[in-house]
Order: sequence, then structure tokens, then C-alpha cells
Amino acid sequence: MVLTQALELVLTPQVLLVMLASGAFGLFVGAIPGLTATMATALLVPVTFFMEPVPAIAAIVTAAAMAIFAGDLPGALLRIPGTPASAAYVEDSWRMTRSGHAADALGALLVFSVIGGVLGTLVLIFLSSVLAEVALKFSSFEYFWLVVLGLSCAIFVAPGSALKGLVSLCVGLAAATVGLDNPAGQSRFTFGNVDLMAGVPFIPALIGLFAAAEVFRAMLAPTRLARAERPALRGIFSRQWTYLRRYPVQVLRGSATGTVIGALPGAGADIAAWISYAISKRFSRTPERFGQGHPEGLVEAGASNNAAVSGAWIPALVFGIPGDSITAIVIGVLYIKGMNPGPTVFLMQPQLIYALFIVFLLANLLMLPLGWIAIQMGTRLLAVPQSLLMPVILLFCIVGSFAITNSLFGVVVMLVFGVIGFAMEEADIPIAPAILGLVLGPMLEKNFITSMIKSDGSMLAFFERPIAAGLGVVAILFWLVPLIRMMLQRGRQVTDG
Amino acid sequence: MDRINRRSFVAAGITAVTALSGLAISGTQAWAEYPERPIEMIVPWGAGGGTDAVGRVFAELLQQQLGQPVNVVNRTGGSGVVGHTAIANAQPDGYTLGVMTIEIDMMHWQGLTGLTYQDFDILAMVNADPGGLMVASDSEFQTAGDLLEAIKAQPPGTFKASGTGQGGIWHLNILGWLMSEDVPVTQVTWVPSEGAVPGLTDMVAGGVQVVPSSLAEGRALIEAGRVRALASMSDERQDLFPDTPTLQEATGSDWTLSVWRTIVAPKGLPDDVRSKLVDAVKAAYDSEEYQKFMTDRGFGLRWADPEEATAIVAEDDANLGEVMKAAGLAQE
Repeated sequence: MVLTQALELVLTPQVLLVMLASGAFGLFVGAIPGLTATMATALLVPVTFFMEPVPAIAAIVTAAAMAIFAGDLPGALLRIPGTPASAAYVEDSWRMTRSGHAADALGALLVFSVIGGVLGTLVLIFLSSVLAEVALKFSSFEYFWLVVLGLSCAIFVAPGSALKGLVSLCVGLAAATVGLDNPAGQSRFTFGNVDLMAGVPFIPALIGLFAAAEVFRAMLAPTRLARAERPALRGIFSRQWTYLRRYPVQVLRGSATGTVIGALPGAGADIAAWISYAISKRFSRTPERFGQGHPEGLVEAGASNNAAVSGAWIPALVFGIPGDSITAIVIGVLYIKGMNPGPTVFLMQPQLIYALFIVFLLANLLMLPLGWIAIQMGTRLLAVPQSLLMPVILLFCIVGSFAITNSLFGVVVMLVFGVIGFAMEEADIPIAPAILGLVLGPMLEKNFITSMIKSDGSMLAFFERPIAAGLGVVAILFWLVPLIRMMLQRGRQVTDG
Repeated sequence: MDRINRRSFVAAGITAVTALSGLAISGTQAWAEYPERPIEMIVPWGAGGGTDAVGRVFAELLQQQLGQPVNVVNRTGGSGVVGHTAIANAQPDGYTLGVMTIEIDMMHWQGLTGLTYQDFDILAMVNADPGGLMVASDSEFQTAGDLLEAIKAQPPGTFKASGTGQGGIWHLNILGWLMSEDVPVTQVTWVPSEGAVPGLTDMVAGGVQVVPSSLAEGRALIEAGRVRALASMSDERQDLFPDTPTLQEATGSDWTLSVWRTIVAPKGLPDDVRSKLVDAVKAAYDSEEYQKFMTDRGFGLRWADPEEATAIVAEDDANLGEVMKAAGLAQE
């Protein structure tokens, strides 16, 4: 029996110990702002050379899953989002922390990350071949519409007026035009600076816009230095049970959206989290509470984020196509261990693939106890007076930005965007759309230009392929429906009057 | 502040101090016997890519040879300009090494930088992967010859190819091939992509018809029966793909192109440091671990000592410059 063989491969003291150790390692790396899950994975690769295939993969998968969850910790506690994906809900989680609900917010991120991850893994186990076929039908035309949908979400997600959301989005899009990595390969707005050729590195920008801006504001307005409410740590999990019963649809919807978008190699967890957050707000009964410390979006986007990470394994295992840098690293390790990705691995070495699936599930479940410990330790940070905490946050901002570019350039970018973020919030302009513009801007440009090259300049090509046409219609409706509704209302007012 | 908070605060302080002292140490000069402190290995491409993998394996093996930690640092972006510049501008004291890739022979022609291979001390070439020619398996073309006839017969721009950015190495690969067959370079339109795998995925999705990247990059899709390899731009058939003819066999063209990776240092290493490094790199290359890693991963093994490696790099520099000028990709 293949399954028992697989279980025998996984349930050994060695594999379980390796998972525990690499889980703790991933947690540590991910919790430090600026150190990413990709970095945790890359650091583990040389170690795995000397391991058997199953523990090697187990180490990497566990560390990556744990690091991604841990990236949410500084977001919720210090408003330093570790990834563009966690920036989607950082406003909500941070505001919950400020009002004394840190444990609830972190608990929600933990529990719904686990649920999203497990559901995504189940889809991976049972539907991977189907979804991988779908992923292979996505060309630049389809991705273009997906990015348009993502950007539309940005404006929709933003609290307040749509116009201010649009301004913020344009700030992000403008920053995204800098650099050399555009379809034409021409350097733009680099002013001869070699570092700027790489474009604006977005994690330092992210840290600047959220965290550094907050530090500046606290320095100028000492009233904000009041200590955050001391969180009640008891009942982290029982509160999540309440959330689960209150938001069952959101959890399933987030997990499904996340898995499908994550399975598309050109999309990934970032777009998934933002689209899920927007869907959640669109269908919520209380959309006005989003961004004010409301758990609903946290639940849906948090589940979506981790489901997308599981979904990324689908094209990786079936066709050897990496969806993100972590799967790219693991594909390399799979080759070294003789488990060449592709349909044959399912036929030739089924016990290894099943072992892999069990590892995925275990890695997600291991997050519960390890994440609980991390929350216990992390929330103690809140007891530190703000006057001491702010300099420490600034220090973290500097170290984190330096770690991304390995040069002072990252620190400069972080500080510049800190000032921009400060100015934007003073003018009541939301920050989130700028982040999405920065992340999706290059994808929008790339997919539009390459589509136009392929179609020799014909716009109709965006509707000629079935999936592209479907997505295009959804995107256009997304914009038209509010307009039509507005016109109808105006018409009614006229007839009433 | 209770006890635990104080402890975590102290821990944060220690982290900061360690980070700062690391910076201070890297600023001091070398003396006594090299190496007496950690070495930095700069990789100009992102974590997770092929160059990163080779860099990390080499770092691990050099560490065993030299007895000091070798730390990989990814300096990415700008089509490789950022990382290569960081290597060339470092102190030539043996404490900064790097992985130099074939893009060094292209970026200066494009006018992106003044940097050329002459700004580096090349210690060895440790890998080379020949370019290839691939179509989707549902394509009507069974051989490179069929494809070439169709490219010649159809109006310019009917065929679209992808696999790197505009003016990237695989773009030059297909241009060089067309030029060697006396076909106007305008017959095939290039669709920029972020790399070979996105290009291959796009080809399977029906976005483009041809991807001229290395066959190793298409291995999973070839084995999955989604991609057909038509030719290898090498002098001999590749061990991993014994059924794929060389371009010479397929169409008679003499065009060959391999992307390579070299281990380099900034120009001007002291002689004793240089000879020690050359020996260590050679020993690392010959190690069983490296040979097995490269074979398992499907990367081509290629050894060239400093003189030969420099000659290959110089020859590619001239050839690629010619192709880029002919295609209008070079800045005059």
C-alpha cells in the first residue's frame, strides 16, 4: 500500500525532528522584518544536500510555511508588513492590536492561515492535474485581465473616496516605472544610478510607507506614544472558533480563490490576498468597518494567502513550473534528490509524492503550536513603552531594508517612502493602493506590451481567447456596474423630483 | 518592564551590535595569511535561480577548501548590472568573490554600463549550458529544418519567440541563428519575458511559437511531453538529451552559443591570494559533491582555467557585439 509506505517515510523521529527544527528556524527568520521566506529557504538549501529526499523537502517546506506566517507578526504588532500579501490586511491587524486585540488578530492570522494552507493542500492532492492544465492555458492576455482586476480591487479596498484611492494607486504606479526591468529593457528615471536600474525595491518601500511613516508621526505627535492596550492572551483559540462560525463562507471563498490564483505561475499569493480582501469587503454586510480593525477581511485574505502558497506547488510538481521564488528553489532540490517534477513522478515514485503531501499537511498543522508560542512571545513586545519601542522599530526598519538590497540603497528607499507615506496619511490619502500599484504596475505593463507584440497591435486579441474574454468581461462589468447603478439612481431621483 | 521584556530588549540590542560589528570587520584590510575572515560571494541574480544555486554550492565547497565561511549575497536587478558592478567595485583583497554571467558581454554594448569582463579577475569557468530550439508539442514543426523553411516563407513577424528580456541572451541566440542562415532578423518577432520558464509556459499556452533557451531549462516540460526540443546550439549532442540533434546536424548552421558561469574577483588580486583561490576553485569543481549536484540538476559541467576562461569570455564578447549591432540592439 502506497499510503502506508509514505507514512513510514514521514513518521520517523528524524523527519519529525527536522521539521520541528526547521519550523523554529522559519519562524525566527520570518518574524524579523526584511528577512523573507525566500531567504529562509535559500539558506536551508546547502544543508539539505546531506539529507535524504523526504527530510530535505520537509525541512524546506516547513521553514517556508512558518516564515510566511511569521511575516504577519511584525505587521500586526509594529505595522511592518513582511510581504506585499500581508500588506493587504496590515491596517486591520495593526488597528486590532492598538485597541487591545493583538491576540485575536494574530490568532486569526494563525488559525486561518492553517485552514487556508490545509484546504489548499487538499486541492493540491486531489485536483492538481486539472488545475495544472488550467494554469497552462494562461498567457499574457489572461494575466493582463487578472492584473486589471487586482488593480481595480486596490481602489475598491481603499477607505474613503475613490478619487483619493486613485491618487494613491498612481503614486505606486509611478514608482513602479523606475528601472531597467521593463519590456523594452530601457532604463527609465534612473539618472545614471546603478542601484535604481533594479527599480524601487518594494519591501523597503513597504516598510517605509507603513512603519517608518508611523515612527515619524509618533515623533511629531507624542500623544500617539500612549502604550497600546495590554492584550488578553487567554482564549486565543476559542475566539477563533467564534470567527469560524461567524465567517464560514469567507474562509471557504478565501481558500478557493487563493488556491486557484496561487496555481497560476504568473500571479501568486500577493494578488490572491488583495483580491480576496476586496471580495470580502464587496460582499460584507459591514464594508465600512474594513481597514478599521475588523477581523472579517483578515480571515478571508489570511486564508487566501496561505492557500495560494499551497496552490503554487501545483504547476511546480506537475510541470516543473515555479510559481514563486520558493517553489523555484524547491524544484532545484527535487532534481538533486532525483524526484524530477513532472507527470512521471506521480507514476514512478508515488510513495515519495504521497510522503510530500503528508509533509505539506504536517507543516501546516505544526504551525498551530509553534505559532502559538510566537504569539505569546511577540505580544510581550507591546508592553514596552512606545517611547522605547519607536526607536527599536526604526532600527528594525533600517536592518530589514538593508537586508533586502544588501546595501544602504534599501535604507534610503525606506526613508524616502517613509516621508511619502507620512505626507499621504496627513492628506488622508490611503496607503494600500500605492503598494498594489508598486507590485502590480510592472506586471500590468509587461503583460500589456507582450500581448500587443504577439497580436501585432490588435486590441481585439484581448477577447479572442476564451478565458481572456471571460476575465475581460468580468473586469469591464466591475467598472460598469457601479456606474450604471449611479445612473439609475440619478434617473430615479429625476423622475421622483 | 518585567524580566522577559528586558531580556527581549537586550536580545534586540545584541542583534544590532552584532550587525554593526560585522560591518566594521568587513571594512578592515587583509593581513597575515589569507583567508582570516569570512568571504562574501556576490550573485548578481535572484535567490532560487540557476546562478544562485551554482553560487551557493560553490560557497559551501569553497568554505570547506578555505576554512572560512563564504556567505552568498544576492545583488539583483538591472539585468545584472547592479551585481556585476558591486563585484567589480569591491576591494581586490580576496574577501569579495562573485559569479559572473554571460550578460557581462552584453550590457556594455547596450550602453547600460562601462563595465566589461576586463574589470574582473576570472578564476575559472565552472558551468556552461548550450542554447536550444524548442516548440510546443502540438506544433506542426517536427525538425529545425521545417521551422526554418516556414520562418523564411511567411511574412516578417509571423513567428514570435520568447525566453528572456529584450536583447537578452536567448534573444541573441535566435538572432545569431537566423543571421547564420542568411534570414533577415525581422522575420521573427521577440516577445520579452522574465526568463526561460515564463517563456516556455507562454509557448505551451499558445502565446508564442518558439523558445530558444537552453534545453535544461525546458527539461520538465520536455519530459512531460508538452515541449519538443528541435536542436541544441552546441558542438556535440547533450548527454541529457541524446535524441536532440545539434544545430549543425539539423540545418547545417555553424551557430553555437552557450551561457556560462564563471567565478571571479575584482581586478587586481595579490598574487598569493589569487593562486590560493584558483587552487581552491579547482578543488571545489573537482569535488564529487559539485559534479553530482550539476549532473542531477541538469546543468552542464564545463571547466576552463583562468586563461582559457578569459579567452572564451572575450570571444563571446566579440560575437555577441556583432549580433547586437546587426540587430540594432547595441548603442552606437
